Formats: sequence, C-alpha cells, structure tokens
Amino acid sequence: MGHVVVEVMPKPEILDPQGKAIGSGLHRLGIEGFEVRQGKRFELTFDGEATPEVLAQIEQAATALLSNPVIEDVVAIRPESIDDAPDHPATPVGASSDAVAEAQAHGGAAQADGAQAGAQ
Amino acid sequence: MSDRSAYTAGGPLIGRARGDAPAPGAADARIGVVTFPGTLDDRDAARAVALSGAQPVPLWHGDADLQGVDAVILPGGFSYGDYLRAGAIARFAAIMDSVIDAARGGLPVLGICNGFQVLCEAHLLPGALVRNEDQHFICRDQRLRVENAQTAWTSAFAPGEEILIPLKNGEGGYRAEAHVLDELEAAGRVVVRYAGANPNGSQRDIAGIANERGNVVGLMPHPEHAVEAGFGPDTDAGTRTGLDGQGFFTSVLDALVRA
Repeated sequence: MGHVVVEVMPKPEILDPQGKAIGSGLHRLGIEGFEVRQGKRFELTFDGEATPEVLAQIEQAATALLSNPVIEDVVAIRPESIDDAPDHPATPVGASSDAVAEAQAHGGAAQADGAQAGAQ
Repeated sequence: MSDRSAYTAGGPLIGRARGDAPAPGAADARIGVVTFPGTLDDRDAARAVALSGAQPVPLWHGDADLQGVDAVILPGGFSYGDYLRAGAIARFAAIMDSVIDAARGGLPVLGICNGFQVLCEAHLLPGALVRNEDQHFICRDQRLRVENAQTAWTSAFAPGEEILIPLKNGEGGYRAEAHVLDELEAAGRVVVRYAGANPNGSQRDIAGIANERGNVVGLMPHPEHAVEAGFGPDTDAGTRTGLDGQGFFTSVLDALVRA
C-alpha cells in the first residue's frame, strides 16, 4: 500500500482568522508567545507504490481540488511508509481535553492509559 | 402564464415588482435555480424569480440537464457542508459542467453567497472568498453601491445607486492577486461594493464581480431576501419594506427579452 501526505497552508500574505482565533485560545489557556496558522493535512492511500506517475496525479489533485491556489499553497507532498500511518500518538476517543492536559501534566504523554485515568 | 403557485403556497404573491409590470414576455422566461446538498436559499431565489414575473425552474445538482432554462441562479447556503472549502465540492457536481459550458456561451448566471463561492471555485470568476476578517459570521442589512449597471443582472439599477440588502456569511472576504484586482477595476467588473464600513475585510470593498462579458455575476449579499414587502430590510419607509434586491431579477428579464 502506498501512502502520501499532502499539506496545504494559507498563503503567508493572507490573514488566517482561524489561526488567530486558535492563538487567542492559547492565550486564554495561559500558553503565551505563539502565533498560530492553521493548515490542512490530507492522507492519500492507494494500492501499489508511490511512483512518479502516482505522485504526478497527486500533485494535480493537490492543485486542482485539495488547495485553492488563489489563497493556499501546497507546502508538502510526501510519500510515507504505510507502517508510519497508524503510528499517530492516539488521544482516546471521547477523552476530554482536560483529561489530556492532566495526563500531560503528570509527566506522561497523552496515551490511552493516562488520559483514561484522568477522565475517571 | 407560468405556474407560480408552488412558490406562493397557492396564494398571491404579496410583493410588487419594481416596475409597474413585469417586462413584456417575461412570463415566458424560465430561470433555473440549482439545489446542491446543503443549499438553503433555493426557495427564496425561486420566489424572487416568480415575483419578478418569470418562471422558476428547480434544477438538481446531480442532473446535468439545464432543461432549456434562459438563465441560472446558484443560490446561497452551505453546499456539501462547506467541506474542504466553501463551494469546492459543489463545483464538481454534474449540473456544474453544464452551467460552466452554458456560462461560457453567454447564459446569464448569478451566484449568490455560496453560489459566488462556487463560481470562483469553478473559475468562472477570478479570486476566492476567505473567512471574514473579524472571524464572526455576519448577518445584517448591508448598504451596497452598484458600480456596474450594465451586466445582465444589474441593468435595472442606476450607476452609483446605493441599495440595501441582507448580508449573511462566514466566508465573505474577497481575495485576488493585485493585478487581478486592477484588471477588475479597469474593466468595470466590480459590480457592487460595500458602502460605508467594510464588513469583512474584502479587498477594495468588493461585494460582487462579473466576468468579462457581464453575463456571469457573483456577489456575497442576498438580493433574494429583499424582494417582498414584509420580508425585506427595514427602511425609512417602514419595517421590512426594503425591495432593493428585485433589480437583480428584473435586470435579467430585460436582458432576456431584449435578446
């Protein structure tokens, strides 16, 4: 199985109100000093390898649909090993953000056990 | 006479068209109104068409057949839930292939709000709409200045005329490259501009634009919500008396009757 990640960001000169709103959320959380810009990550999975032909197709998809070139840039088209894909650090479904923050505050990563314990 | 009863619950239309009577021949004009999954204002747009004296024709996103309509309206709403980007998925609906072809052939097409976003995504109009500068969804009556009164959808207005119609969107900020903005200005393709304070950060206060030929117009504010006494914006004449949106719908009839 092939696996390609496409990342899209708003153009630097375009004001990103979503990022701005997230930044002010961080500020209210007491996390200071960060400017946030929000983009999009797409994961495309397919049979076979990420050949140049497949990557050319994905590039076309990235500019024709996944991004709008007027306001966004495609910043990465990156083949990844499918083995990498399921390896996201997982936040358990249904965990409250408080539970995640608490689990992290206790020194552990927000892994299943810590977050679930925090939620109870 | 066309059957307008479907849009009036069997009763008469309350509103009165802008002129004394609809343009001669207007009743024969058939104006398509496209419904995508998530479209909200298709009924209002159809009602506005009926009030202008023409016959509204419902068109379905999954059907490529334009049913021989004389003009098409892409109404407002949240097609496909605004997934990916507003208008980005709707642009690939079956009906849009036909709309794009017909628009390039000169068919009058009006995109309102989400419809404007679809027209930009379909490259029938340049530029893009981004989230409002202040991050808020805006819903209010908005003053506009008609900059180009020669398009298929604005000929009923006087150049420079100020009108008042509702504005309601979360992503209404118009963006285009500087040279595109310059081209739009130079060719008179800025059709309507926000009058007074800019509500959403749109470049050059742009509320609506046209293609080169003037048959395709897109705007963020909603003319179809200002066509019927009792439902329009408040004016000096009284509560909800504003009918300034009617001109968009009567303009296209004049264009069709003249053609």
